[in-house]
Parts: sequence; structure tokens; C-alpha cells
Amino acid sequence: MHPTITTSGALTAVGLSGTRPGDGTGAPVYDVTVVGAGVVGAAIARELARYRLRTALLDASDDIGNGTSKANTAILHTGFDAVPGSLEARLVREGQHRLRAYAAETGIPVERVGALLVAWDEEQLAALPALLAKAERNEYHAARLLDAGELRAREPHLGPGALGALEIPDESIICPWTTPLAYATQAVRAGVHLHLNCRVRHIDSGDDVHTLTTTRGTLHTRHLINAAGLYADELDRELGHDDFTVTPRRGQLIVFDKLARDLVGHILLPVPTAAGKGVLVAPTVFGNVLLGPTAEDLDDKTATGSTADAIALLREKGRRILPELLDEEVTAVYAGLRAATGQEDYRIRSRPEKRYVAVGGIRSTGLTASMAIAAHVTELLGDSGLDLGTPSELPPVTMPNLGEAFPRPRPYQDAGRIAADPAYGTLVCHCERVSAGEIRDALAGTVPPHSPDGLRRRTRAGNGRCQGFYCGAAVRALFEEARS
Amino acid sequence: MTRRERTVDVLIVGGGPAGLGAGAELAASGAGRVEILEREQTAGGIPRHCHHGGFGGRAIGGGTTGPAYARGCVAAAVRAGATLRTGVTVTGWAGGLTVDTTAPTGLERITARAVVLATGARERPRSARLVPGSRPPGVYTTGELQQAVHLYRQRIGSRAVVIGNEPVSRAAADTLRVAGLDVVAMVTDQPVPRLTALTRPGDRTPVLGRTTVAALTGRERLTGVRVRHHDGRTATLRCDTVVFTGDWIPDHELARRGGVLLDRGTRGPAYDADHRTTGTGVFAVGNLLHGVESAGVALAEGRAVAAPVLHHLATGSWPIGRPAIAVESPLRWIAPNLIGPDGGLPLGGRFTLRTDRRLLSPLLLVRQDGRELHRQRLLLPAVPGHAFHLRAGWVDRVDPRGGTVRVTVS
Repeated sequence: MHPTITTSGALTAVGLSGTRPGDGTGAPVYDVTVVGAGVVGAAIARELARYRLRTALLDASDDIGNGTSKANTAILHTGFDAVPGSLEARLVREGQHRLRAYAAETGIPVERVGALLVAWDEEQLAALPALLAKAERNEYHAARLLDAGELRAREPHLGPGALGALEIPDESIICPWTTPLAYATQAVRAGVHLHLNCRVRHIDSGDDVHTLTTTRGTLHTRHLINAAGLYADELDRELGHDDFTVTPRRGQLIVFDKLARDLVGHILLPVPTAAGKGVLVAPTVFGNVLLGPTAEDLDDKTATGSTADAIALLREKGRRILPELLDEEVTAVYAGLRAATGQEDYRIRSRPEKRYVAVGGIRSTGLTASMAIAAHVTELLGDSGLDLGTPSELPPVTMPNLGEAFPRPRPYQDAGRIAADPAYGTLVCHCERVSAGEIRDALAGTVPPHSPDGLRRRTRAGNGRCQGFYCGAAVRALFEEARS
Repeated sequence: MTRRERTVDVLIVGGGPAGLGAGAELAASGAGRVEILEREQTAGGIPRHCHHGGFGGRAIGGGTTGPAYARGCVAAAVRAGATLRTGVTVTGWAGGLTVDTTAPTGLERITARAVVLATGARERPRSARLVPGSRPPGVYTTGELQQAVHLYRQRIGSRAVVIGNEPVSRAAADTLRVAGLDVVAMVTDQPVPRLTALTRPGDRTPVLGRTTVAALTGRERLTGVRVRHHDGRTATLRCDTVVFTGDWIPDHELARRGGVLLDRGTRGPAYDADHRTTGTGVFAVGNLLHGVESAGVALAEGRAVAAPVLHHLATGSWPIGRPAIAVESPLRWIAPNLIGPDGGLPLGGRFTLRTDRRLLSPLLLVRQDGRELHRQRLLLPAVPGHAFHLRAGWVDRVDPRGGTVRVTVS
């Protein structure tokens, strides 16, 4: 099937295979429309692609995974510390198993580095047994307590004063960019229509069809799924509900250079106490080290800038955890906005009579839970009168390997691949060792980038310590050449 | 993994002026097979995209342009008999003096009898300077800007702010003007002496001294640079382009991965007057050692490394336990920063230093274990962003088994 991705022009059924014009205007009609192509929306679209449905996936921006999904801590959680019995606890638990299997199958980089909740004072040390018990209640049984000596042996670069830790051996790090891209790629290859630069302005809900007025014209859909992330509350209100309010919670993070990677083996998590939550230090699958995030409740859903105060705060906390980290060069500072709702659980609600499912309040665990959320939402759709039919196998996808510690070597290390195609031996981005072949492949991919930033998330090109000093102009030239 | 294994006599990593100078001199002096590896498709280093003049000339306005200078360095190395391979990246070490490489022709593992690191320096990008704000397009370093304008003829923008007030900052401003942009201001955290304006007649770009960048603004595109003067005043400079200049950091990844000790001040490999690092058989030259000196200095260092490399190839000897030379604040760094056992003098018979703060005719003191070795008053002010020098005649008085040699400002 020819993949359908549109980025501009009015939406019309003409030329959109599988849709039919729903009114005199030629606007397309879908069985299901997912609003929001973040990691959750893309996972839902992928799940729906298994059924004989006409499905559309919309996003207001020019790329998938371009909001909260692109700026998280990139951790594949176990759910050991979720609220026991909550929907989030269940979906995180199920989601991590599904995503781990899916990652192995598709080549999404995952490293099972394990996490240590490090106690820095007596209060935190005293809190660890309760956290261990909570992990057990969340059906996680591999956690165990480490004393100060064992902790020091595991993490010799920790700052002075660490008293002990709770070890969660299955906490993992994952590539936050490849995951939604894999979902979207598979969905689009299986026939889902992806419409980008398509912001929903207004919704009219009739008896059997929703009419969405977007920045790119009108579309009709029988069922509607709200996966609009930070804007899920606004979409919800557009449909006449007032179930929740999204308060953007900003998390600022500092990414340190790869030369810092040897300083830390595990994800170092803070112990939550009454005094608040601290910050984490975690390796990334790209071989960097993350420090963050902050947690700032804001009003502005576009405030993804970093601030001097937060950078100073993170550095001060990081210095305590891993003093040598602060001597290393900073590669990037970024901020993401989590969709907090003031509730300690996901806000997933189906309104069968309206043929509408709201998927709100998916906070930092959304990446981990995404596949389980998708399965849950699909079930809810089935319960609301949509005849799903029998699922079929999706066409398999193999994603480019962006990870450092992965069984499959990266192209620059792969003699066979370079022999077959010398473009994989032609390095363009030197800091990240990204070859011309990988950039070419990404530009010609099923879901191609529409900006140099999108190319960066697909290849790592320009993502390194020089931030484009060496390769920025060359990468932009390749991007512009592919577009013209 | 299939890697072609090869051996050479001298392997030079980096084909800028320093590496090319080393290659030319070594090949000409019969060092055997001398191979220069350059990861870019074209050798020549930074001068390739510096279209201003002054390369290779001492007098202001003398010399040639960067690209011509780069071509000259390449031609000299090739003519001397060095093997220059472009598009070859050294990806890591495989022990001792053996490195792994990636190229379109495949993977190799190259063992050398001596390795010369000449990997250069880069400007710290906005992120490494911890500049807060949004992350819109339109944010450059000079290196990226010059390549975009001179090598790729890309459209840049219309109004630019330049961060920095060093020679490289003015080169960035010139490049912006060539690309048709208005340079609305140059911003520096340093005080700006009034005399500076006189040295650039016709350049009416305001220089905002004692001013730092508080934040960048804009989403789809940069819309402005928020600045803060040291007296607390703030302002937003409206622009669609900002160039972060200077603030050099040696590209030391390969050196560090090879276990070579770095100097705390320069962040490049610690080295002695003979360009020997702490790794046996590993030499270093050029701006990997000191960010940054001119292309001419880099080339001269490259040439100067030939004699010690040949000596090492002949004798296999390598010094151990050399005293370090360290500076104290406000001095930023000194190079070279190890004392060789043979009392060798650095290039030009002088050490190169940088300061974090402007110093009016400072008195420099050199001591080892409490014993004064040298004192020297500088006649000119030492200013951040510019090198100054210390005579090296005292190195034969250093106790080779003594402690760190300390350089301070009295």
C-alpha cells in the first residue's frame, strides 16, 4: 500500500485511498481519527492499523512525536513506584513488557541499566523499605536494598554521603525518538493516513459523525480519540466536557557529553520524601548523561524554554550526586512539558454514546505505557459500538539503530554494510558518527522529517557536543537538497 | 568485524595546518611512511572556510585568504611525500599506538610507531555556555556560519547579533555582512576599551561591553537575544540570527579515550616543549593544545614536532614524571604545561598564556616548591580572548624531580 502522509493543502478525499467524500465539499470520512501524533497517539494509530478501519492520525506540528514526547527522560519504567491499583500502574506494567518486546523486534534501542534510588540522608534511607513494599504491591519482585558499601562499589563516582539505595534492576533507558517513529511508520505502512500541520480548531458532533474543522479544512470521523497531550483538555471542552484541566509541568534537563558516560552505570533516582522530589542522573542510549528534570507548574503550554535558575538548581543538585559530572561539557539543555492534571492517575475516559475516547493526563510514564494505552483504548472503542473485526499482522519494520550499546552495530562500525554501500562509511556528523547513508535513508523514510530538527531526531545528526560547529551546514544542505 | 590491518611509521590525526605541517616536515625528513587522516572530505582545517585575509602574513592586511592558505598547506604536505587521506575518521583506540578508522572504503586498524594528534578546537555552542531560553533555528557558532555562507551559500537571515568581541567575533560579523545581514550589535561580558573603536574605522556596529546573554527568544525562528548589563539593566535585541563566537574548547575526545592526561586549564592534552603528551609515543600539536592560536602558529608547531618524533622513532625513549606547570586565577592557562627532562624550550622561546580578567601590566612570578625561578613584568595589558607570552629562559632551573611549577600574578 502506498503510504499516505499529507503536510499541506486542504484535506480532501480525492487522492486519499480508502476514504470517501462525506459531503459536497469532498472532505474525507474516517472510521477513527486520533488527534495528536505523540508517542501515545502514534501507538493508538498503530494498534488500530491492525484492523480493517479507515484511520487518520492528526498532528498540529510538522512531525510526529514533536511535543511532550520528544523531551522526556527516556526511561522505560517498571512501574515499581506507581500508585498501586491505579490504571497508570497497570498500563505501565503491561506497557513496559509490550514495548520491551516490540523494541527487540523493531530495533528500538533499549538498555537495561537498572535504577538505584539513592538515599542521601536518614529520612530518605528510612523511606526505602516502604518503597520496596510498594514495588511488591505493584507486582515488581526484583527490587532489593543495597547498603552504602555495595552502592559505592556499583557507583564509585557518587558524591560523598550516600547512605544506601533501593535497586530496581529492570528500569531501562530507551530511545524516545525511535519509539513513536516506529509506531507511526508501521501505522502509515498499514494504511493509516497521517496529516501533519493539521491543528483542530473546532468540532461539531452529530449523531453518527464528528466534523472536525482544522487548519487544513474539514474531515469527518465516526469515532474520535483525543490524544492531544497538553491540549487534551481544550479538545475535551470542544466536545462539551469538562473532566480535567491540563497544567503544563515543565521539566528542564541538562545533557552532558559522552565523555561523561563512564561516570555512571545506573539510572540514579531520587528518593521521594515530604520535602519533594529530587532530580535524577541517567545515561542515555546515545551514550550521554542526563541531569534533571525540574518540576515547575506553569500556565503557558508553549513555555519550553530553559531558565537560568533551573540550570543553576540542576547543577547544584547534580554536583551532590555526581561531582565529576559538572566538569564535563554540556551538549544540550532542553525543557519538556508534562501534561499534569492534578490527579495521580491517567484520565482515560470513553463516552460510547459520543463515540469518543479522551486519553488525558498521560504524564512522564506515557512512553513506557504507550502500547498498553493503545490496547486499552482499542478495547474501549470495541465496547463503544465500533466493529473492529479480526486483527491482522502488521508489516514488520526495522528501525535504524541510534543506540550505542546494542547488539546490532551502528553503520559506521559495520564493515559489511559499508562494503555494500560506501555511504555508510561517509561520516557527516562527526560527534555522533552519523553517515551520509543514514541521513539519506531518513530523508527517504516512510515518515520523513520536515525540518533539520526532525532529521536530527531520526539520525542524531547535529546532536553532539559541537551542536553543528562542524556539520551543521552540511546536514542542512543534505536536508534542503532532499526537499527540492 | 572485518578490519583491514595496516602499519605506518607516523600516523597524524587531523589535516588542518598543524597536522599538515607535521606531515610535510616528517615526510621531508625521512620518517618513513607518514600518513595524515582527515575526517572531512577536504583537508585544510578551519582556514578552509575563513575567507578573510591575513593568513601566513605578519603585517596587518598581509598574507593570503584562508582557503588559499589551506590549499598551500595541503600541497606542501603532499609534495613532501606524506600520504593524505580525507574522509577517514579515527573512531577510537585499539590499544597502544593502534587506532580504528571508518571510511567509505571500509574499516581499518592502523598501528603506528608514533601518533601525532592534531584534532583542533571548536567554539563552545550556546548549550555548553548554558544560555537559557528557547531553542529556535538561527543560532550559530562562527564555524557553522562560515561553512553555511562560504561552502554552501545558504540563506542565513536578516538581522544578527554576535556574541564575543575577539578577532573571531569580527570575522563572524564580516561573514554575516557578506551574507547580506545587518549586524545590530556585538555583545561581550568584558569591558570594551574606548580605543578599540579606533582600530576599526568604518565599523559602526555597537559593542555592548560588560553584558551577558540572559536568554534567547522565539519558537519557529529566533526573535531576539535578551541581554543584561552588569549594572542590572536588561534589553532585548531584536534579531533572527545569533552567532556565538570564541570560547574555544579543544576537540580532545580521541586524546581522552587514549588515556592521555588533560591539562586542567587548556582542556587539551598536557604536553612539554617537544609536544610529548603523557601517552608514550603520542604527540600533540596545534589548537588541540590551546584554543586558539593562529593557523600560522599551528603550522609552526606541526613542523616543530618533526624533530622530537624522529628522535623518538630512533631511540624509543619517553620521559616520565615530568613536573607540570600550573597557573593560578585569574590566569586561565599556560602552554606548554609540562617540563621536559631535556630543558627544551617551547616554540619561539616563550610560553603562551591566557587570562580570565584584564590585567594591566601584570607581574608574573614563576615558582617551584617555594623557590622563585623567574619574574617578569608585561609591558602591555593582558586581556581575555588574546594570548600573551612569558619568556622561557628559566626552564633549565626547574628541578626535574621537584613539584609543580606555579605561575602567578603578583
